[in-house]
Amino acid sequence: MTEQPTKYMNPYLAGFLLGLVLLASIFVTGRGLGASGAVKDAVVSIVSSVAPEHAASSPFYGPYLENHVETPLKSWLVFERSGVPIGAFISGLVSDRLGLRTESGPRIQKRTRWVFAVIGGALFGIGAQFARGCTSGAALSGMAVLSVAGFVTMLAIFGTGYVVAYFFRRLWI
Amino acid sequence: MGPFVPEIISDQLNLIVALLLGLAFGFVLEQAGFSSSRRLAGLFYGYDFTVLRVFFTAAMTAMAGIMLLGFAGLLDTEAIFVNPLWLWPTLAGGAVLGVGFILGGYCPGTSVSAAAIGKVDSYFFLGGIGLGVFAFAEFYPQWQEFYLSSALGPLLVFDSLGMSAGVFALILIAFAVGAFAVTSIIEQKVSAFAPSHEFNSRRHIAAGVTAVLIGVVLVGLPDRKTYVLELVSEPEYAREHAVELMPTDELAFRLVDHEPSILLIDVRAPGDYAALKLPGAVNVQLRELFAKEWDMKFALRHQKKVLIGNDEADARTAYFVLEKLGYENLAVLEGGISKFRKEILEDNGFVGSGGRHDAEVAEFRAEARVTINRMIGRCAQ
Repeated sequence: MTEQPTKYMNPYLAGFLLGLVLLASIFVTGRGLGASGAVKDAVVSIVSSVAPEHAASSPFYGPYLENHVETPLKSWLVFERSGVPIGAFISGLVSDRLGLRTESGPRIQKRTRWVFAVIGGALFGIGAQFARGCTSGAALSGMAVLSVAGFVTMLAIFGTGYVVAYFFRRLWI
Repeated sequence: MGPFVPEIISDQLNLIVALLLGLAFGFVLEQAGFSSSRRLAGLFYGYDFTVLRVFFTAAMTAMAGIMLLGFAGLLDTEAIFVNPLWLWPTLAGGAVLGVGFILGGYCPGTSVSAAAIGKVDSYFFLGGIGLGVFAFAEFYPQWQEFYLSSALGPLLVFDSLGMSAGVFALILIAFAVGAFAVTSIIEQKVSAFAPSHEFNSRRHIAAGVTAVLIGVVLVGLPDRKTYVLELVSEPEYAREHAVELMPTDELAFRLVDHEPSILLIDVRAPGDYAALKLPGAVNVQLRELFAKEWDMKFALRHQKKVLIGNDEADARTAYFVLEKLGYENLAVLEGGISKFRKEILEDNGFVGSGGRHDAEVAEFRAEARVTINRMIGRCAQ
């Protein structure tokens, strides 16, 4: 906390705008916004092209590939997902935040941060399958439609976060 | 009326809308500061509650928007995807996500926005997600049973708590506004650089009060049953939506035939129903049609659900309600029970239209009259 934080949008305004984007997505597609599904689709398509036989015989990839034929909703999602990094890039450009950087707590090396980023990502990859979505797809979109699943996911994520935060405080503070 | 899912065909305008929505999503995430892992992690250490503010404000904006659009009849709230609950897998998965959040400093959406502006750590995080999904897939047979356990379906939180959506929304908004206030105080104590030091408190109090007032408005919105019943009772709705009519003779024929593939749903008052009960008919009041107990009975697609009212009006309303609830293969008894009584149950002397089937119809009705009256007599005992 030595450097002055970069100027970001007021969080309530950002939340309101994010809510409008979410609402627009629900209004058009009947579904909220998701993010972890994109990585899942990528993994499935990589595995099925590298090892097609393995994928076809697997109880996970097999049904997934069968159920995921080209539907209009799917191409819709492809376009929506490709918009996300473009939008973030534009935002970084206008706010002058572009540049290769690693962000970490003051007490750890870059390399430590990278290792923990991989572990954290892997936990997200696994956890998002069991929870049927991540922070945006299950928790945020779920809460917006007032689903029990949305609230359970949100409470589980942030509840656990607070429980374990103390043990990993060296990473961030 | 939204959502437009079925209409989405590879129409290029739709894809442009999709791209723009994704673009807006990424833009807002980055503007909110979600591309910064330290900022995200700050939620758990008290030095930066941005995540809480953005997350809850977004969820409540969308929630209120859905309710208001639904009330205005612009959005069919019944058609929105409600994510189903697998209780134990969701709790376990959520807990894993929580640990992942602390260790990784991102969640999938935020890591994409961070990657776009060049945060190196986010690429490691994204790679990690890929590894995680791959590990999940490879070991899927080992945890498949747990993965599919405790499936509870698409539960709605206000139903489960036994309150109306509006009341729950107000409680949630009030809770969030309270949490915003408390966490701003915590944040300012923990860190001299906390974002809330810069907040204009007068403007934020006004925004909080506005949010709670919107919650109060949401409480005042009619509940879903009242709303749906009023919607389908409007003459305009009836003009735009056709119903399938079942002629009295067809119903009589099917009854005489003891056809198992029809289900009679009598929506008249219980007194009227007790006085004249058609064979096998169940008595369901209009407001009871929404009940979950009918799910099994009405969901049989091969069975024709024949709706019976005194005349056609109530049966048509019931038809539209069931149609909205997603049931198929419905019909309205033409002319209601009054026509059925006059033409089939009572001998009013058949007056043919002069067609060549008149004699057959007259003969059929005479037989049906005897048979059905006998059936009703037996049922009434």
